[in-house]
Amino acid sequence: MVNAAKPTSRPLSPHLQVYRLPLAAVLSITHRITGMGLSLGLLLLTWWLTSAAYGPDTYDMALGYIASPLGMLVLLGFSVALFFHLCNGIRHLFWDAGRNFEISQTKRGNIYVIIGTIVLTAAAWLLALA
Amino acid sequence: MLAANNLRSPLGRARGLGSAKEGLHHWWAQRLTALALVPLAVWFVAGIVHLATGGEPYEAFMAWIANPCNATLMILFLGVAFHHAQLGMQVVYEDYISCQSWRTAAIVLTKFAAYGFAALGIVSTLICCFGG
Repeated sequence: MVNAAKPTSRPLSPHLQVYRLPLAAVLSITHRITGMGLSLGLLLLTWWLTSAAYGPDTYDMALGYIASPLGMLVLLGFSVALFFHLCNGIRHLFWDAGRNFEISQTKRGNIYVIIGTIVLTAAAWLLALA
Repeated sequence: MLAANNLRSPLGRARGLGSAKEGLHHWWAQRLTALALVPLAVWFVAGIVHLATGGEPYEAFMAWIANPCNATLMILFLGVAFHHAQLGMQVVYEDYISCQSWRTAAIVLTKFAAYGFAALGIVSTLICCFGG
């Protein structure tokens, strides 16, 4: 036991303040954050369906909120979250099947997920606003 | 040395003795709901895009949801998505809430809320289909 009494002050792992997260780690935590956000999105979906069940007046009121600038911004956020969680979730299913664990495959997957999210979001909004 | 219970297979003896004790069902349910949500989410987005482009909002929505396929898929989407959401929230709580009682309270509340809102969404869908 050399230097047993000397206190050590090594950084504990994972030391997030000084550790530059790899892109895969950023996407991983984003998967969790978008998942939690989309859980709130389900409440919005339920509110929308319930407003329709109550009748045309409540439905028009609900759509009024959704079609407002703030509502559209929220909707844009939910759509990005949905497409990201969808793309990254498909990647997780491949990992769960024991595939694509090589670093080169993971790096390629990062790019596919990001491009997929952008393309799907843009396509949905272009089609919706056309 | 060969006791009667040694007739159990090695796998049978090892099951449930890991550090987690349980969790296979949770893991499997999360993956199955994820798989089901891939086509359901695509249908859902297509539906929203369709509604955003079509006519009088209320009439367009009622005509869309009255379609038996759309109504069925909406009910499936609500059930599967809320189930998937509460499974995912549970994992987040288990990772980040260290206090046992707060963690259990958060998990139970989330499960109750998820199934409550799922029921509200499904009932609302049925009312839109069959008329209130």
